[in-house]
Amino acid sequence: MSKIKLPSVPPRIDMTPMVDLFFLLLTFFMLTTSFKPQEAKPIDTPQSVSEKLTPEKNVITVLISKDDKVFFNIDNGGDSTMHVRRKVLTEISKYFRIPFTPEQIKKFEGLASFGMPIKNLGAWIDSSDPKERDAMQVGMPIDSLDNQLERWVLFARNINPIADAAIKGDGEADYKVVKRVLDIMQTININRFNLTTTLNKVEVKIQK
Amino acid sequence: MAEIIANEGGGKKGKRRSKKHSTHIDMTPMVDLACLLLTFFMLTTAFSKPKVMEIVLPDPKDKTKPPQISEARTMNFILDEQSKVYLYNGMIHPEKGSPELIETNFSKDGVRKILLQRNKEVFNKIETLREGVVKGTIKLNRDSISSREKGIKRDDKTGPIVLIKATDKVKYGDIVNMIDEMAIANVGHYAIVKMSPQEQKLLDTKKGIVPDKKTKK
Repeated sequence: MSKIKLPSVPPRIDMTPMVDLFFLLLTFFMLTTSFKPQEAKPIDTPQSVSEKLTPEKNVITVLISKDDKVFFNIDNGGDSTMHVRRKVLTEISKYFRIPFTPEQIKKFEGLASFGMPIKNLGAWIDSSDPKERDAMQVGMPIDSLDNQLERWVLFARNINPIADAAIKGDGEADYKVVKRVLDIMQTININRFNLTTTLNKVEVKIQK
Repeated sequence: MAEIIANEGGGKKGKRRSKKHSTHIDMTPMVDLACLLLTFFMLTTAFSKPKVMEIVLPDPKDKTKPPQISEARTMNFILDEQSKVYLYNGMIHPEKGSPELIETNFSKDGVRKILLQRNKEVFNKIETLREGVVKGTIKLNRDSISSREKGIKRDDKTGPIVLIKATDKVKYGDIVNMIDEMAIANVGHYAIVKMSPQEQKLLDTKKGIVPDKKTKK
């Protein structure tokens, strides 16, 4: 019996189709991903059957976290030439007489939600340490004595009148705080709200 | 890579036979990178975009008198902090004694069942409209379907008028749940209103809380 000669060269697997597929998927995911700046706090929104999509542009968002802190966010408007955030900050800075440098205003444009007394905002914009930034997010003051949220929403609304109001609250947040936010918005004539939820389909039938 | 080594080892005769080898480019690092990026993008992509539920609250500056509503159609839902729901029909008339609170919850057989039963007529109307659209017997575009649905809800004269009341410590998620139940049962008329002291009392007695404790707070 003769020995079976084993091939000395290891078998080569053709990886081309796999690589092709990889690149196809990679291209797909790269094109569909849209990066968002990080939110102030992770918020676990309640579920609902509503299928209406969240507007991506022209929206004033008030976020309410689990620990009842309030954050504010506004987008830059329908197109990038509107510079809504920049204008809002300029107005706010005039109103509270807290100056911001042009660099700070420019940087602010690219940031996301925030919630802190106005006097700490500059430090938050300048800071680059993520931990430090998180620690500064102590929530927007909403007391009747120091109602900064109202000012933010008011100026945002003045500069971008077509902006809708959205409330993104955590399911565990107290309704009292949400109610307070709604009341504040109603004092400046916003009566229509979008409550951000996640979709949960429900099938209902009545037995006849 | 193995090829290159084998090449050098076997090159005894001096002459290079480079022509025999096809130009094989080692693609492993590229594939590695592609794989890595692919995993990254797959994990960071969020497919389910957040949805919104629209609510319109009455303008507080609107000084016109609130509309009178029929007592027979009124249903009161009181939410509490333990995600329980207490329900009573009509209004409280102190001289007639207090109405009984029915305890229920957000499960399938809770609030939803009660509301569906009360709102059968409207629900069935909207359901037939939706079925017709699916089957193709009614041809409408999206906007006119929703406006037709709104019309059905607005014109209904028999369905319940739901008043949602919440204690101070109720979670926001429960309020959303409750509004969601309205959407599921197609209830056209509902409002979130303040809880009256009588109702608080009613709730306390139902739960067996001694009222004295409450006043100390």
